[in-house]
Amino acid sequence: MNRISASLATLMLLAATPVAGLDYADESLPDPQQEAKAVQLMDSLRCVVCQGQPISGSNAGLAGDMRRLVRERIAAGDSPEQVRAWLVNRYGDWISFQPQVKPATAPLWLIPLLAVLAGSWLASRRLVHRKR
Amino acid sequence: MIAEAGLAALWLAAAMALLQVSLGVLALTRGRHQLRSAIAPVTLVQALLVTIAFGCLIAVFARSDMSVLLVAANSHSAKPMLYKVAGAWGNHEGSMLLWVTILGIAGATIAMFERRLREDTRVATLAAQACIALGFYAFLLFASNPFARITGVEEGQGLNPLLQDPGLAFHPPTLYAGYVGMSAAFSFAVGALVTRNVGPDFARAMRPWILGAWIFLTIGITAGSYWAYYTLGWGGWWFWDPVENASLMPWLAATALLHSVSVLATRDGLRAWTIMLSVLAFSMSMVGTFLVRSGILTSVHSFAVDPERGIFILALLAIYIGGALALFALRIGTVTEGNRFELVSREAALVINNLLLTVILVIVLAGTLYPLVLEGTTGEKISVGAPYFNATAGPLAIAMLVLLAAGPLLRWRSDRPRLLLERMAGPLFAGAAALLALALLGGSISVFPLLGLIVAAVVAVGSLAPLWKRKLDRTPLFTWGMVMAHMGCAIAIAGMACDSAFTKENMVAIAPGETREVGPWSVTLTGVHQVPGPNYTALEATLSVRKEGSTPFTMLPQLRQFTDPPMQTNHAAIDTFWNGQLYLVVGEQGDGERWLIRMWWKPWVTLIWLGGALIAAGGALSLLGRVRRDVLGQRTQWRPGARKAA
Amino acid sequence: MIRRLLLWLPFALGAVLFAAFWAGLHHPDDHVIASKMVGQALPDFETRTAMQGQGAPRAAQFHGGKPRLLNVFASWCVPCAQEGQMLMRLKAAGAQIDGVAVHDTQADLARFLAENGNPYASVGLDIDGRAQMALGSTGVPETFVVDGQGRIVHQQIGAVTEADMPTLLAKLGIRP
Repeated sequence: MNRISASLATLMLLAATPVAGLDYADESLPDPQQEAKAVQLMDSLRCVVCQGQPISGSNAGLAGDMRRLVRERIAAGDSPEQVRAWLVNRYGDWISFQPQVKPATAPLWLIPLLAVLAGSWLASRRLVHRKR
Repeated sequence: MIAEAGLAALWLAAAMALLQVSLGVLALTRGRHQLRSAIAPVTLVQALLVTIAFGCLIAVFARSDMSVLLVAANSHSAKPMLYKVAGAWGNHEGSMLLWVTILGIAGATIAMFERRLREDTRVATLAAQACIALGFYAFLLFASNPFARITGVEEGQGLNPLLQDPGLAFHPPTLYAGYVGMSAAFSFAVGALVTRNVGPDFARAMRPWILGAWIFLTIGITAGSYWAYYTLGWGGWWFWDPVENASLMPWLAATALLHSVSVLATRDGLRAWTIMLSVLAFSMSMVGTFLVRSGILTSVHSFAVDPERGIFILALLAIYIGGALALFALRIGTVTEGNRFELVSREAALVINNLLLTVILVIVLAGTLYPLVLEGTTGEKISVGAPYFNATAGPLAIAMLVLLAAGPLLRWRSDRPRLLLERMAGPLFAGAAALLALALLGGSISVFPLLGLIVAAVVAVGSLAPLWKRKLDRTPLFTWGMVMAHMGCAIAIAGMACDSAFTKENMVAIAPGETREVGPWSVTLTGVHQVPGPNYTALEATLSVRKEGSTPFTMLPQLRQFTDPPMQTNHAAIDTFWNGQLYLVVGEQGDGERWLIRMWWKPWVTLIWLGGALIAAGGALSLLGRVRRDVLGQRTQWRPGARKAA
Repeated sequence: MIRRLLLWLPFALGAVLFAAFWAGLHHPDDHVIASKMVGQALPDFETRTAMQGQGAPRAAQFHGGKPRLLNVFASWCVPCAQEGQMLMRLKAAGAQIDGVAVHDTQADLARFLAENGNPYASVGLDIDGRAQMALGSTGVPETFVVDGQGRIVHQQIGAVTEADMPTLLAKLGIRP
């Protein structure tokens, strides 16, 4: 419970932190490291208007607003995961191309594992075991 | 009249397909041997009729006959001729007609040229092929008639401007040729199951079809990726988007099948697995068609979608795939298991290759469909994209590439680990050299691109190793093909790794006269002007580009505004150099005189598609080699026992 | 026996796939992304003053004990203009409506309100979609119902139509 309220408090703080406004959504940040972080984050956020594309590759207006938001927040010193959490808090898991690890997404991680195990078992049955 | 002629031809073709199925069933079950020889001509007539129907559709599109509903809904008389013709398959009905046309032609080719299969297997194969065609004819005639008429329409509604691109005009036919080629492999598998004839002969008969389909799929994916790269205007070349995944899944299955079929042909092993893979590869083709055509998933690329028709395709999918899987379960028990294999052998490497490819396929399938399943069951919406696929499929792909370097260096049957290590010395040395070079070059590269570059070096040298100490002029063509395709993998991986490691990006807002840098280039905005296009108007930015110590040149990205239908697109200006591409895009206008310009310098990015092209070319070389050997083999076949001796 | 079951496994997996597609066709992607802020406290948002003599909405004014509507709209949005008369009727019924105009200018907004009526108690310009994103809104028009304690209780996506009136009035605690 404490952890939840703590993270909520961070989110509130995040929302309230005044950040320097950028002139344009699509202007690289002066700090290349921050820009790289921002671009990586934008690549993993889904555009809510056009839906198939990441916000880093969409011409929709709201995607542009989100790019501006991402750049501003990163420039203000927020971590990419804080910004992602802020957006997920508003738009749901849907906005992030990176699925969270939680019970509902367990099959995403278990199915590949099962496939590897089942495949290895099937293949090993066809092996000739040579006696040494 | 043309439309009616096309419809009539389509009905007749469907009747021929029905006849083909009936002949096949009668010949196989009632023992009417004389019917066997009738099936080939019927197959030819069916192919001819469906080709005529497709020709009629192209004709009504070329003439902009707006009394045909499909033309009115998807074409426009002001479009350039190329896009009028391409418009014939740039929509749902037309693309399905194209599907069945290629299917018909594939059937005819099997009927004419396939001579080494046992006759009953061949008849069963052709009957299975006609069965598939029949479903698609029914779909066209009852649920999506491409020749339906409409009255009172003067002008068409136009084609999505993103689709008005020469590359894309030929993209769907390429992918469909791949999908349909997989249907041939599927029919072979069904024929072999029905007649209980799974062995090296069957594998050799099926192999050219798999190779052919695989070449088309490779070209289709490579071209589709380049298309997304240059039309969407944001420098990305793969989005792990559902439609892209839908084309990747059949490719993964076909690649696995290509390798397992060579085990079956050479060593008579992996019988059941090869059959299973042919069913899987065709299933993935059908699933691909279904995903793209039903509108079940949201995607960048879904241009023509219709949920009602999705049910029809789903029904076809259920009948064919369910039927084949049931047949598999019933019959495969009677197919004796093939040869076993040892852990250190070419077969084992190919089996692990199959295992890895199949797991990657499972990952792509799960990642694409799971969000749908979750939303259907709990209503919860999630997205699965690049971060998931890179993290799960990425390591497997790297492992597979290491195997790709080692596999061709292993002997069939059994080999010794120490000898393999000796043969791998060169490739491993290349990998170490790449690591050293990257370390000396400095800069920070993240783990994946770094591994990618090292593995690319290993594979590049490893792929050439099968030619080592061989007489090059006596090396068979298909070995050259394999070398080339494996080299293509190394090159494509190197391109992907370079793109993510070395790309320089700069997004700026500049007024005319101002200069900004991206990588080694200085880009100056000279001005922005309005230019008319054939069916759009564009804002064109004139950018003067120079590198230190060289003469400047001009690049002209455009922001295009289409009216029919209204839509804005970015037309990137891309200049290719020996060591990469400069990618410039003009976005919207900022305050006053300033314009938003997006600039990317992408070193070695072209290697991605060059690698893809090389993979396809390697496949083509292999196909040529196999077919040539077959033809030569058939010429000597008149001598009894000649084949056994060979 | 196990072997025979194993052989039917691909068929079973195929059936699962079929079921997934079947379900997918009957629950097609609805393309609507609802805000996750419903049920949560109205976040702080900033807008610029849009009209002379009319304040810009701020989160604090939603704590007055009476439910209010927060309408996200734009002068360039066609359905927003059609929605105008519904909002005027809500206002006449006693609803307090505050407006956030997304990607808009003072001049355009003034013209829009002169043409379609001004149902807003307060209205502000949302530059760069900041307020829109804070609310988890994906487009215009959208209407949020905020209870008297500053909690978002309902989100209406798309224009308010005749059919939505009873719901909105009930949420606002107004008897028709």
